Amino acid sequence: MKVPSDLKYTASHEWIRIEADGTLTIGITDHAQEALGDLVFIELPAVGRTLAAGETCAVVESVKAASDIYAPVAGSVVAHNDAVVAAPEDVNADAYANWLFKLRPANAGDVAKLLDAAGYTASVGDEG
Amino acid sequence: MLKQTPLNPVHRASGAKMVDFGGWDMPVSYGSQIDEHHAVRRAAGMFDVSHMLAVDLRGQGARDFLRYALANNVDKLVVPGKALYSCLLAADGGVLDDLIVYFLAEDWFRIVVNAGTADKDVAWLRALLAARAPQLALRERHDLAMIAVQGPLARERVWQVLPDCRATSAALKPFMAIECGEYFIARTGYTGEDGFEVTLPAQQAVAFWNSLAAAGVQPCGLGARDTLRLEAGMNLYGQDMDERENPLESGLAWTVDLASPRDFVGKAALQERPPQRQLIGLLLVDKGGILRAHQQVRTTLGDGEITSGTFSPTLSASIALARLPVGVAPGDQVRVLVRDKELAARVVKPPFARNGKSLVQ
Repeated sequence: MKVPSDLKYTASHEWIRIEADGTLTIGITDHAQEALGDLVFIELPAVGRTLAAGETCAVVESVKAASDIYAPVAGSVVAHNDAVVAAPEDVNADAYANWLFKLRPANAGDVAKLLDAAGYTASVGDEG
Repeated sequence: MLKQTPLNPVHRASGAKMVDFGGWDMPVSYGSQIDEHHAVRRAAGMFDVSHMLAVDLRGQGARDFLRYALANNVDKLVVPGKALYSCLLAADGGVLDDLIVYFLAEDWFRIVVNAGTADKDVAWLRALLAARAPQLALRERHDLAMIAVQGPLARERVWQVLPDCRATSAALKPFMAIECGEYFIARTGYTGEDGFEVTLPAQQAVAFWNSLAAAGVQPCGLGARDTLRLEAGMNLYGQDMDERENPLESGLAWTVDLASPRDFVGKAALQERPPQRQLIGLLLVDKGGILRAHQQVRTTLGDGEITSGTFSPTLSASIALARLPVGVAPGDQVRVLVRDKELAARVVKPPFARNGKSLVQ
């Protein structure tokens, strides 16, 4: 299980990169793509949509199952990645290179509530 | 504690993702299940199906007993080695299981049943035997393993490993089986591809599996098995039909012999009640998700429900089997409720794909 130390995480298996301009780049973790198996469908939130923390905002579906993606913090969507919609399997190939959407957080301080790599690894361990 | 097949250590050592399937610890995939699917459509793949149970029925009058016990008619089995697909029905016409019965001799039939229903089936058959044919012996073959080798190159790969069985098994027509030494080789499968299902002594399973892998046969898990069988338009027991459904409403009318005067368990119930629903295929037309079991289907003749749905690697589209009102026909447009959206799907007659090719336009 790859868990890069420079990213933040949620217990629901999203990864978050805090960009220099304060926006957040969000994807699903390597553990999540491994558990789901071959991804075949991804639906992402529209640019401009305002999300509450924990709100269901995207869907990833593998051959086996569908899984909801949650907003890690409150904010507004500033971009989504059409490349992964066209080729969901790229997320299987590299879950950290292939982001899903970008969020401008409503409160910059909210990112402090996210898990670090050690916290996420422990959270995955608790599941198993 | 989950049950394990003789190949369990091989699956675990290869890093397969394992899952509880009907009480058995089985591989769902060894890597990408889509790659495994394509290996079967394009070359050769193998499946551990040792969780399924073979039961041997021996003695005088075996055919007569099966003529009554099974919904399909074993009188279709004339040549030794011939196999027949049939439902095992309850008296009310509900499907207890679906199975393959092999005619080996007048006093020897072999029945292969599903893993999750095996104990129930054996108890059912034993009760029926006690009442109608106590002279017959039913033996559960827990000493046997089963490996399905499927795909356009499957037979060739099996012959590489079992050269002595080549001559006899090359002559097999589809749905025929022969014994070759300790191997029971059947030209059957659950993928819509050519190939063999090989039944062999459990202690030889690992060596045979490893030899096939060395010959280039791709190990495949239950994930690929499910997408392959769904593309091939084959039902999965417990998902597309069960005790609450009858075969005439499960796409299996072709396996029920109501024409002959023969009586069989469930016949009267089926004759009393004309089918109201049918099991038929769907192809998702709109983008917006993947068809899944239990999604609601809206048609002009009433609502129905998806029983199996997935992404079809061969069609690169989502496909499903759905139980819909009688009268809905191939070509009709229906709406499927996928999460919060209604998506358009087209009704199609299964199979969706066979022998490496899409059958849907």
